[in-house]
Amino acid sequence: MLWEPDKECIKEDDLKQLQLERLQSTLYRVGTHVPFYRKKFAELRVNHDDIHSLDDLRRLPFTVKQDLRDNYPYGLFAVPLRDVVRVHASSGTTGQATVVGYTKNDIRTWSNLVARIITAAGVGKNDVIQIAFGYGLFTGGFGLHYGAELIGTSVIPISAGNTKRQIQIMQDFKSTALVSTPSYSLVLADTMMDMGINPSGLSLRYGLFGGEPWSEAMRQEIHQKLGILATDNYGLSEVMGPGISGECQECNGLHINEDHFLVEVLDPVTLEPVPEGEVGELVITTLTKEAFPMIRYRSRDLSRILPGTCPCGRSFKRMERVMGRSDDMLIIKGVNIFPLQIEKALFEVEGTKPHYQIIVEREHHADRVTVLVEVTESLFSDQMKKQREIVDQIKRRLSSQLGVNIEVKLVEEKTLERSEGKAKRVIDKRSF
Amino acid sequence: MLTIRNLESGYGQLRVLKNISLHVRSGEIVAIIGANGAGKTTLVHVVAGLLKPWRGDLFFQEEDITRTPAEVMAALGCVLVPEGRQVFASMSVEDNLLLGGSILRKRNGTAALRSQMEQQYARFPVLQARRSQLAGTLSGGEQQMLAMARALMAKPRLVMMDEPSTGLAPLIVREIFTIIAQLRAEGNTVLLIEQNARAALDIADRGYVLETGKIIVQGKAAELLANNDVQRAYLGREQIG
Repeated sequence: MLWEPDKECIKEDDLKQLQLERLQSTLYRVGTHVPFYRKKFAELRVNHDDIHSLDDLRRLPFTVKQDLRDNYPYGLFAVPLRDVVRVHASSGTTGQATVVGYTKNDIRTWSNLVARIITAAGVGKNDVIQIAFGYGLFTGGFGLHYGAELIGTSVIPISAGNTKRQIQIMQDFKSTALVSTPSYSLVLADTMMDMGINPSGLSLRYGLFGGEPWSEAMRQEIHQKLGILATDNYGLSEVMGPGISGECQECNGLHINEDHFLVEVLDPVTLEPVPEGEVGELVITTLTKEAFPMIRYRSRDLSRILPGTCPCGRSFKRMERVMGRSDDMLIIKGVNIFPLQIEKALFEVEGTKPHYQIIVEREHHADRVTVLVEVTESLFSDQMKKQREIVDQIKRRLSSQLGVNIEVKLVEEKTLERSEGKAKRVIDKRSF
Repeated sequence: MLTIRNLESGYGQLRVLKNISLHVRSGEIVAIIGANGAGKTTLVHVVAGLLKPWRGDLFFQEEDITRTPAEVMAALGCVLVPEGRQVFASMSVEDNLLLGGSILRKRNGTAALRSQMEQQYARFPVLQARRSQLAGTLSGGEQQMLAMARALMAKPRLVMMDEPSTGLAPLIVREIFTIIAQLRAEGNTVLLIEQNARAALDIADRGYVLETGKIIVQGKAAELLANNDVQRAYLGREQIG
């Protein structure tokens, strides 16, 4: 099934013309309305008039997450705030949030692109879709919601969390499709087992998953436990949210909505394009966004473009599901966490040493993070009460600043491994 | 049907069009909207072969027309209904139409010419009623209809209309735009240049907004009508609801 067959099966020449037209007018708009880009273009001596082909994209400046932070909150908006009808913030964290905005047309486009992805996954107007992504500032919940409504699917905006209630509603409301992170679908499956509910008795047939990296093995596990067709979809709030790319029922890679996004795959070190089909960092340029256009946004997500065409008939290029990050960002329960944020929180607590290690594990499909912190010897040997206080203090600080619960363990001075050069701060024991 | 990439052109030292890319697909009405002096007329004059491009690529039905002169463009089926009508005032309505059909007569003979003329009279009954009147004695709206009918006599593949609403009463404008929408229903392709953004976007499939020689935004007509910049600059209102 295709939502917009004429667009999703567009001929290559027509697509290139459309992309060029849209790129040129996007550049004109950002060059005129966004001081950040005006300055960058001037520094690099590029004028939007000089962009004559899609290859000229490479002459344009990059945008990185720090640029968004530096321009917090509205500095990169290309339209006045009165034209903005929605504001979201990155799924990141409180202190370092990045803000994005949407005009009425942006919301329309976004809904439409998500509708393509939901349709590609097999979900139609007769389905009942349970959206267990967080609503609120996070783009996941609302993004899927608007796309599903546009199709005419019956939407259950349950949001994230409260697993038993999710299962209850899934049973009672006869949900046929689930939107969540892939790992959460397995939490649901395991909880069903505990509750003595047989998943094969549910109406559930489709799972639309995103928000974290996962593997083919996990897809099989989800299929076995829940008996559903599990597809992957991809997006990031800085660029739009969900709707950038998604798998069709062939499950052989995510079709990129190329008429709205230009995706480059670059070597994260040299920033040159990788040879065709090789893994690199996805760098994304928006072609139609009005309120928050992005020029060459470095996603830090690693993937590659898959060769060949898809039997589904869509002509858009396919990307492999995201394999990891080109920076040290951790995705814990769908929340983006940088080790540096943990470090910052630790430094604010007296008695701790600047040596710590972050252990990430996955137990029963739920991520668990433990921070090991070295404390001064005197503190470690005799002051049990003080120790407990410090642990509580760090925990509180981390959970309020990061938005997820993190275990804290104090260890003696010099017990953590010291390495030459770059410290190994993170031990990720999860296998996706 | 028509594909333009990176077009630059102008007059003398004056660069009017700056890096224009656009396309028109067969069977579409595409509107180019923009204020006076934005470069709309210059753009259609380049396509019609009346003005040379400085740089860029132009294709009409897959054929490179970058250096194709006006008379060949007309023969290829790309006709322009110029701004301000410009009918031959001292000739009769029918002679104006015959002149427009000269290419068709050379190609397909007198019978084809006759049948084409009958079609135009059916489309514009008022012209039939005034067939032997001098074109200069027609009202503004009738002259616009004659200019359109004259262009259609050539059985064009692409009709370019430069400001068909200029100087016409609102009621006549509505009539003219209804006829343009009909042209699409009959399978014609129209590139419509207009200052009257609302009227143009109401009948167009897609549109481009031209501002000081650059395309600032493009998209489906409904999207442009909802675009706040377009509303402020061309629809003459602040955002309502």
